[in-house]
Amino acid sequence: MTDKKPDPKRRKLLVGFLQGLGLSVVGGVIWAAIVHENKHDPLVLRPPGAYPEDEFLKKCIKCGLCVIACANRPNVPYDKKGNKMVTLRLASPGDNKPIGTPYFIPRKVPCYMCEDVPCTFACPTKALDTELLKNEEGKVDVNKARMGVAVVDYNSCIAYWGLQCDACVRACPLMHKAIYIDVRRNRRTGKHAMLVPVVDPDYCTGCGLCEFACPTDKPAIYVLPRDIALGKIGKHYVRGWMETEENVEEKIKEREKELREWKPKTPEEYLNEEDLLYE
Amino acid sequence: MSNAVAVSRTQESHEEREKSFLARNKYLILRRTTQLTILSLYIAGNYLGWKILQGNLSTSKFLEVIPLSDPYAVLQMFFAGVVVGTDVLIGALIILTFYSLVAGRAFCSWVCPVNIITDFANWLKVKLGLHREERKVKIPRSARYWFLVLGLVLSPILGVPAFEFISPVSITHRGLIFGMGLGWTIILAIFIFDLLVVKNGWCGHLCPLGAFYSVVSKPASLIRVGYDLNKCTECMECKRVCPEVQVLWMIGKESKPVLSGECTNCGRCIDVCPEHALFYTLRFKKSGGDKDEA
Repeated sequence: MTDKKPDPKRRKLLVGFLQGLGLSVVGGVIWAAIVHENKHDPLVLRPPGAYPEDEFLKKCIKCGLCVIACANRPNVPYDKKGNKMVTLRLASPGDNKPIGTPYFIPRKVPCYMCEDVPCTFACPTKALDTELLKNEEGKVDVNKARMGVAVVDYNSCIAYWGLQCDACVRACPLMHKAIYIDVRRNRRTGKHAMLVPVVDPDYCTGCGLCEFACPTDKPAIYVLPRDIALGKIGKHYVRGWMETEENVEEKIKEREKELREWKPKTPEEYLNEEDLLYE
Repeated sequence: MSNAVAVSRTQESHEEREKSFLARNKYLILRRTTQLTILSLYIAGNYLGWKILQGNLSTSKFLEVIPLSDPYAVLQMFFAGVVVGTDVLIGALIILTFYSLVAGRAFCSWVCPVNIITDFANWLKVKLGLHREERKVKIPRSARYWFLVLGLVLSPILGVPAFEFISPVSITHRGLIFGMGLGWTIILAIFIFDLLVVKNGWCGHLCPLGAFYSVVSKPASLIRVGYDLNKCTECMECKRVCPEVQVLWMIGKESKPVLSGECTNCGRCIDVCPEHALFYTLRFKKSGGDKDEA
């Protein structure tokens, strides 16, 4: 009988423990919900050399050293009012971005693609890792950054109206590679050409200089995270001609080179063309 | 009520006789200076590019070379499945060693920016006498240890360092350095919670970071507050100002240093003690009756 009687002290300790456990469960659910909601932003653009979002969020300690490196680099631009234009921001409450993590808004301040990539080198936890920026020669190359990919909304792009605008192409640090001009027939007039920008995701770094340069009210070219913007073909579809035709890859490369190196003629070149004289 | 006022008045005049204003607020002034200096250096680190302290309380570089990291954040990252690089690990060890072996829970009262807010709330609360009439909301001071563990449990579940996503300490500090956004709402919430709901509510009951430093500084931290029973007149001024009043259990009982890890080494009790019965000392020094200590 005696050993079945509950010891009031032990019981008190146990109930106290349960209270603490209960508090932790309730607090934990709210806490987890906040974190879970906050860390999930599919549209956030990260600095160069960032790991994929899940791994990035694990590794980022939110110290802001990348932001400081970005803000204090020697080539930081200033706006008309004389304020520093700092690309990287550290998310604060209300930004609707994972809190304390670095991101940028290309339309406000794009990434200027510093060759020495101060932000990536500043990261103490390797959430931004220079390993991810190494080229074939093993050197850190900012052009290997994959912050996102530019997407053109051709309904809002005035080049698709037939106007000659190549602001995005000229802003692109990888001009004629990441964005090149494609010549298309203007179907409205039937006799004019449209010189339209086309993005090549194999080269596009997502720096957003194109988005920043776009003259339309709301940019017709804008950067999205790569896993949002890019599709994936999968194994089901195969290009039969790649197997039958000879030297097809070389031919494709040559043709692409031709296409990309195409530039509109200067007025002098145009006016001095021989055809024009006999027209 | 009028009695209490009368008593505190006499004590004030008593204090004034004994100690000058500077002596009465020595450590408070030192603490605010330290807090604001550290904060300013961080702010200058971002806005002016000063290289003395760059980063924030999560991780920073001191003089461009020496890494300093928040050991609790690094621990959470470890639980989330990340082995951080040597730099950050060394930084965390430096901070951990400093507080656990030397300074005690001094981070809370000498560095943390939230301390300024909660101290202000507490000062105002006592000034307005709210703590006397208000209904006691019972949140145990041990709740913070549950949240400390919870931060480590949630980190692997969520796959991110969990407390770092909600920490008001980081939000405040980051906000001041990099831009506040809506972070001020959290600061306001903590201020109101401490002022109107629970005395010393955030720092003394809930904050897992404070709990972390309590745990690690409990066993061995060198700098402690010493107490000499022989000099004590039991005016209880120390208990009135202490934000972790439970650590002062020995007042009027025995000459013993404050060994609880929950003591933040803020030195407010030393400031207000009119009899020099409280003083900074070292853990292993015997304080009882030794007049030279004061």
